[in-house]
Amino acid sequence: MAMTAEDIESMIKEAIPGAAVTIEDLRGDGDHYSALVVSPAFKGKNRVQQHQMVYAALKGKMGGDLHALALQTSAPDEA
Amino acid sequence: MMNDSPAAARIQQEIDDNAVVLFMKGSPMFPQCGFSAAVVGALTNMQVKFKGIDVLTDPSLRDGIKQFSNWPTIPQLYIKGEFIGGCDIVREMYESGELQKLFESKGVEFAA
Repeated sequence: MAMTAEDIESMIKEAIPGAAVTIEDLRGDGDHYSALVVSPAFKGKNRVQQHQMVYAALKGKMGGDLHALALQTSAPDEA
Repeated sequence: MMNDSPAAARIQQEIDDNAVVLFMKGSPMFPQCGFSAAVVGALTNMQVKFKGIDVLTDPSLRDGIKQFSNWPTIPQLYIKGEFIGGCDIVREMYESGELQKLFESKGVEFAA
């Protein structure tokens, strides 16, 4: 089951407070997305930890339903 | 996060024994996934000596590496025992010059 951009965005926003999420459907096939996530919750965390937070927000979909999500994360003042 | 499975022990051994380890799909010569190929490409461009481990040949390793690092996707790059990230992070660090700095600070040889 593929996920829609809206599904991805709402799952991330639900789990990460104050996140600004920009999703792009890279091939228009509902299977290859990129996501830019900017949130104050990322402050003081390294990139691995930031990405882990997004993966946790997606509750195991990443690597399963969601094959390809190119991820970029930052805290607001690092963007 | 860490566990005592044979896969975890094998992973720990590999990242202890090799300065740069890439858990990937396929081999460095024949990557079987675009994301793995991208990381191999970056390391090859930098002429970094690394050990590629094909998780497709061992299902326990394929699942084990995800648990080991709490990271849901492959490839995964380790430098001197430390998990650096997957394809997106490696690409970002390569393009920004951070990866070069990291190799330098870890004493890993590469071509600038």
